Amino acid sequence: MSKLLTWIDDRFPLTKMWEEQWGKYVAPKNFNFWYYFGSLAAFVLVIQIVSGIFLTMNYKPDATKAFESVEYIMRDVPWGWLIRYIHSTGASAFFIVVYLHMFRGLLYGSYRKPRELIWIFGVMIYLALMGEAFMGYLLPWGQMSYWGAQVIINLFSAIPFIGPDLAVWIRGDYVISDVTLNRFFAFHVIALPLVLIGLVAAHLMALHEVGSNNPDGVDVKHQPKDPRTGLPLDGIYSHPYYSIKDIVGVVFFLFLFSIVVFFLPEMGGYFLEANNFVPADSLKTPAHIAPVWYFTPYYSILRAVPPMFDSQFPGVAAMGVSVMIFFVMPWLDRGAVKSIRYRGWWFKGPLALFVVTFLILGWLGTMPTDALGKVGGMELATLLARIFTVLYFLFFVLMPWYTKRDKTKPEPDRTTG
Amino acid sequence: MSNPSNVDAKRRRFLVSATSAVGAVGAIGAAVPFVISLNPSERAKAAGAPVEVDISKLEPGQKLDVEWRGKVVWIINRSQAMLDSLKTFDDKVADPKSQNKQQPEYAKNEYRSRDTRKEVLVMVGICTHLGCSPTFRPEVTPGSEGFYCPCHGSKFDYAGRVFKGVPAPINLEIPPFKYLANNTKVVIGDDSTS
Repeated sequence: MSKLLTWIDDRFPLTKMWEEQWGKYVAPKNFNFWYYFGSLAAFVLVIQIVSGIFLTMNYKPDATKAFESVEYIMRDVPWGWLIRYIHSTGASAFFIVVYLHMFRGLLYGSYRKPRELIWIFGVMIYLALMGEAFMGYLLPWGQMSYWGAQVIINLFSAIPFIGPDLAVWIRGDYVISDVTLNRFFAFHVIALPLVLIGLVAAHLMALHEVGSNNPDGVDVKHQPKDPRTGLPLDGIYSHPYYSIKDIVGVVFFLFLFSIVVFFLPEMGGYFLEANNFVPADSLKTPAHIAPVWYFTPYYSILRAVPPMFDSQFPGVAAMGVSVMIFFVMPWLDRGAVKSIRYRGWWFKGPLALFVVTFLILGWLGTMPTDALGKVGGMELATLLARIFTVLYFLFFVLMPWYTKRDKTKPEPDRTTG
Repeated sequence: MSNPSNVDAKRRRFLVSATSAVGAVGAIGAAVPFVISLNPSERAKAAGAPVEVDISKLEPGQKLDVEWRGKVVWIINRSQAMLDSLKTFDDKVADPKSQNKQQPEYAKNEYRSRDTRKEVLVMVGICTHLGCSPTFRPEVTPGSEGFYCPCHGSKFDYAGRVFKGVPAPINLEIPPFKYLANNTKVVIGDDSTS
């Protein structure tokens, strides 16, 4: 066996790559609960790729057959229901894990110098994931698939001057049709997965180049070496230490994941919407259109902004900016320290408010705008969405100011446990 | 690279940039067919051909749904009451005089229809907000003002004019159309006078 490895290593840097990227990668020893979600995201990506490959073997990207072929997978293909539920649950699981992973970044300042590019690759992964989820959602060709795509693609036609032509170009037709379905299938199963894998590789290579952040914000990579081990004082090898930890995370994740797949695959309409069990009908709009839960915060922002100058572009622009603004996070944060452990209330307060804002916007986005009744002639849900949209943007816009005036404690030289 | 001192660095830089530039032009050129291939195909364009509809049996108050370019087009024979209601909304709608380019010139009037049959409304039944299809149910909601979009709550009157303070920014779209056979047939998507 070792002879074979030597033979390969003489011809291909197998051991070298393994050691650089994982085996001998020195990570801080104080990773906590929040550090599970990176490896879990990679694990869910594998689940989605494998289950997706098997779905394509029976799915037909044809407007007259798509809905039927999904039902065929559910009813006639041996274990097809399981593969499909794994894929649909995996989509939501992906976003849960990624949102927690991003929140970890906010908690410990993992986007700060020198990790700006890791963060930027991460936001690009998030965008690619949104595209992947949106296009994948059209494929079952149900009512929600159709009208959700209709609404989202029409967002592009709100862009001044080029908008209408751009929307036709995206659809490849004057309406969502077989052409659109076919190209979304191509993007969903080959183009975006390739982009995703490339971005994940870039994300990890950048991470392993600059070294991991940690809950104390200690620069472990540049610590003095421990004479006994030759490693930085607070560093340990990823393998076997974090291999074992991540396996525990994966096993625990699979418990929860299995509960959903086997007992709650629709998750009360949040993972799979009832209207999507009705075939797409281009002449009839469902009474209430809502995106899947992971898009609802942004959908709320879209609805909150009223049309201006006879155009709905401001709402569309606000929604676009609300996602893109994550890119500039590394330059908005002027705090003296990275980790929330050493920050003061001028950071903790806004971050807590931001989390609440994001959740409330998400909740509002699942409902029709008249769901909460009216206050003073105005829909309460719209009013709330407007208030929280303003708060959402204030978190970012005021960040340079409040992080600078925040009273911080000094970061330690060594990790604290 | 055998003898670096003999290298003409300026010339080398020029050759490298020239090669890169030509390569980039080639790559852009090669991308053009791919980008354009995403536009509507000839078949999709053909599906956008004009549609002819017989409306001789359309009674007042009735609505007919027709598919044109994959979109739903409504043909409504408006009753006198519906036409009368329009004037009362002039101050409640956002664009009472149809200033926005949402209709051909011949429909830019108070009824947003052709003079030859002012009661007949030919309109794309897709909300100008985000493309849902508003509902028309005069018998269920008596005294209602026109159309209601279930997606985001936009409202339009019986000429497709949008009410103020709703998500939709502009009036519903009137497609190009003309009458044939003594005004008993509508051609949607063609208004040539030949």
